[in-house]
Amino acid sequence: MTTGITKVTKHISPNEQLIFERSQTGRIGYRLPALDVDESTLDIPAEFRRDDDLEGMPEVSEVDVIRHFIRMSTWNYSIDLGMYPLGSCTMKYNSRLNERVARIAGFANLHPLTGEQDAQGALQVIYELQQHLAEITGLPGISLQPAAGAHGEMTGIMIIRAFLDARDGAAASHRRTMLIPDSAHGTNPASAHLSGFSVKTIKSTAEGLTDLDHLRELCAHGEVAGLMLTNPNTLGLFERNIKQICEIVHEAGGLVYMDGANMNALVGVARPGDMGVDVIHLNLHKTFSTPHGGGGPGSGPCCCTKELEPFLPVPRIVKSNESTFRLDYDQPRSIGRVKAFFGNYGMMLRALAYTLTHGNDGLREATEAAVLNARYIAAGLVDDYDKPFAGAPMHEVVFTDKRQSRKGVHTLDIAKRLIDYGFHPMTIYFPLIVQGAMLIEPTESVGRQELDQFIDAMKSIASEAVEDPELVLNAPHDTRIGRLDEATAARKPVLRWKP
Amino acid sequence: MANVPEDLHYSKDHEWVRVDGDQAIIGITDYAQDSLGDVVYVELPKAGDEFAANESFGSVESVKAVSEVFTPVAGAVVKINESLADEPETVNSDPYGDGWMIRVKMSNPGEVDSLLTAAEYEDFTKAESE
Amino acid sequence: MLEAIGLRSPEDLFDSIPQDLRLQRPLNTPAALSEIELLERFEQMAARNPAARRVSFMGGGAYSHYIPTIVDHLLSRSEFFTAYTPYQPEISQGTLQTIFEFQTLVCQLTGLEVANASMYDGSTALAEAVLMAERVTKRSKAIASTAAHPQYLEVVRTYVQHAGIHLEVVPFDERTGQSWKLLAEAVDNETAALVVQSPNFFGCIEDVSALADAAHAKGALLVVVITEAMSLGLLKSPGACGADIVVAEGQSFGVPLSFGGPYLGLFATREKYARQIPGRLVGEAYDKQGRRGFVLTLATREQHIRREKATSNICTNEGLIALAATVYLETMGRRGVQEAAYQCAQKAAYAARAIAKVKGYSLPFSGPCFNEFVVRGPTKAVELLARLGKEKEIDGGIALSQFMPDRPNDFLVCVTETNSRAQIDSLVEDLSTI
Repeated sequence: MTTGITKVTKHISPNEQLIFERSQTGRIGYRLPALDVDESTLDIPAEFRRDDDLEGMPEVSEVDVIRHFIRMSTWNYSIDLGMYPLGSCTMKYNSRLNERVARIAGFANLHPLTGEQDAQGALQVIYELQQHLAEITGLPGISLQPAAGAHGEMTGIMIIRAFLDARDGAAASHRRTMLIPDSAHGTNPASAHLSGFSVKTIKSTAEGLTDLDHLRELCAHGEVAGLMLTNPNTLGLFERNIKQICEIVHEAGGLVYMDGANMNALVGVARPGDMGVDVIHLNLHKTFSTPHGGGGPGSGPCCCTKELEPFLPVPRIVKSNESTFRLDYDQPRSIGRVKAFFGNYGMMLRALAYTLTHGNDGLREATEAAVLNARYIAAGLVDDYDKPFAGAPMHEVVFTDKRQSRKGVHTLDIAKRLIDYGFHPMTIYFPLIVQGAMLIEPTESVGRQELDQFIDAMKSIASEAVEDPELVLNAPHDTRIGRLDEATAARKPVLRWKP
Repeated sequence: MANVPEDLHYSKDHEWVRVDGDQAIIGITDYAQDSLGDVVYVELPKAGDEFAANESFGSVESVKAVSEVFTPVAGAVVKINESLADEPETVNSDPYGDGWMIRVKMSNPGEVDSLLTAAEYEDFTKAESE
Repeated sequence: MLEAIGLRSPEDLFDSIPQDLRLQRPLNTPAALSEIELLERFEQMAARNPAARRVSFMGGGAYSHYIPTIVDHLLSRSEFFTAYTPYQPEISQGTLQTIFEFQTLVCQLTGLEVANASMYDGSTALAEAVLMAERVTKRSKAIASTAAHPQYLEVVRTYVQHAGIHLEVVPFDERTGQSWKLLAEAVDNETAALVVQSPNFFGCIEDVSALADAAHAKGALLVVVITEAMSLGLLKSPGACGADIVVAEGQSFGVPLSFGGPYLGLFATREKYARQIPGRLVGEAYDKQGRRGFVLTLATREQHIRREKATSNICTNEGLIALAATVYLETMGRRGVQEAAYQCAQKAAYAARAIAKVKGYSLPFSGPCFNEFVVRGPTKAVELLARLGKEKEIDGGIALSQFMPDRPNDFLVCVTETNSRAQIDSLVEDLSTI
């Protein structure tokens, strides 16, 4: 006998429809107070008013909404469930205390256009976080306005452009080349382009570091505005020639921008400002533990040298005297505003709570643990997976599928099989210069036991790839849905529900 | 092993050219479609657009990659393969037939002679994949 | 663990960093605080924000609306807020389906065909819309008016300064507070984007349909920007008016004020421009067994593949905030959004009528309003509002002089469904006595 009930998997959650498919005419999940003013005929002409009665928007009860989202939530992997070793993403624990701080009414209910005299506490938070980030990076000029890493990058590159234009005048128009290593994040060239630079790619050496000879050669052309460098780079290796690299670029009249995505390897240990870097962005949602939220909100502070400070976005948040803070708009050389108001303020509260709960020694300890964990994984997997670069990794390590691919098992398959073992996959196929790359970043938020479990899982997959490749090729086996047909989805995109 | 028809001319950017009088039909090779994977979108120029040799005339997208396509010979576009808008997967299933991309009126038909022969292209792809 | 990998001390972990680049001292940041100490510290700082406790009539791009309790409850679920971008669809369907619903809701509200997974905020979404219009039209001029949010215009200026786009700003009509007639006159054959904010910065509703006709007659795209998204519950959708791109600040939908962020940029356009959209998109897909799921799609537009040729450098969206807006819109639903919008308009109309009757106060603009309107007071607005705050515990609005020095006595008042009649009455009373 069939009941006609379709259960998608043995998973506890049944198939949850789209909310629009659950909608029932007349059902509501809210109540507002009755309108308490004298109702009048609004002077909004009829042709300016909606005439579709918002047809198609859901009509559901509160419990419908609760069940809908709770069921969907069970289909997500999350940091709170287990290790999330995405390289370059720094999926560290998101403290609940930070969440509580961000919800304190005195911050959460504060309007951004409040007069500065009535928002001193809010400005103090920004100021103190600026101070901490300046100390951590060794770069004293700071703006917290950028809303994400790529946004901070754009800000930093525009600052470089404004500085060069101010320094060189009309001659700056010949200086429009940005050098970017072939291992860089895609946001780097995109941000450079948005700031009016053309991009030249620097090769990496066999060791996985910036090729100094190639850098010198490119700098010799004389059109170099700057270099965008990630350090440790996206292979997890510290650019040990960083000082020399900065000197070469500076001698050519350019500036050095550092992508701070990998600062989790450096906090309390080494400072970009001491290396010769001119400007950097940080990711509060990586290094400073603010939640990734399923893809944002981020926060991408931009930190720079004293020399570049006048070009930072306005307003600057400065101290007037011992306990008073103010907004400074009087910065004629500023690149301008990059976002309305002050940036993703809620993330600043969380990041300040992070630096304050860790303290100066705790911040360094976190860095040590993050690097130690990556080194431990590197040592644990080197017998089973191809490790393309011999150098000791910092906070993340790159392996490839070179050995497994002989049996037809590729990086994607290994990643999907890892899901069956209860782990989120690592970053795959990035950096682009490593064929079949698997970039693993454990962060400081896992202990040895969990690292061992991860290493065991990876070893087990390596032997499955030899003994039973089909098992790996068809993974994952226990998820709510299997691998999706992304090609058809891209050919005939369905981007919204329709009745 | 990728299919390399004898009667076509090839470029090092993995396009093929079929000569039809003073016109050339252009597409991408079997080798190219195979390395790209499932083609999901093909961006083509308009009829009338003119291109120099080795100029980018459009792009081919797979799920996670974009590749530009180049004109092996100079000329003006006479016709484009409009069916690729709805069925880009034809580039995968029939790269030398229904998966053709543009037809151009060659400004210098002699250019075809500088392209690779089938045998030369085969050697070229062998060297590239090693 | 150090021993297990053959190291002796934690310092050995950093061998690859040259000695002279290592920090040889502890960081000069404070020592660690306990939970009790930390909360006390933040509570002390929060206490220095008296404005957060006041009755408020402030809008201007950030609005106080009712937030149903379940919004914060659901976005506090670990599975949502501690997840990453849904790159592995098999274990990210919760986030992906949520975004698909979000995209659908944005389409329904804006009256357009496709929407992305969100942008940083309204101001950056507007800048991206202008850049997209340039890509679509291959023209390089954008026209906006001074009746748009001044900070939004600043952001657009910053974004386009090196993109070869010229931003022309036309004035507004001093009598109506509207700018649509002047915008319609300014559009020409070189215009890529005709940008109009409606309701505009002064709260006045613009004639979007007339602007669509004017833009299209010259081959330009009409970009509509909205800071008060709640207006979509009452006003004709920009899509139905003929807009090509609609961007909005989505903060009104369940997101706290939080001193200006994180907020949420909404971005919608016509289907034919789908491949020109910046940011992430989620689409429907099926697995081998024919089960429906959702994936990030059309990724070839994005920076991680197309690099410097990408449609934008944006990488993150505002995932968690988009979730908040989705929960909000589904909880309030079709009727709730309309009712909240209607209450806003009614209460604002009531407040405007009452304030206009107070001696010394007037309403300088005649254009129709949604829930914000400009008031001209008898003295400098900055001083008046500061006194109101200090003496009466009311934030009466936003002085326009900080953006427009030639309007010393004007201030922008915003009324929402959260303002009771008693609050409005006391504002009116306080204005007349102060």
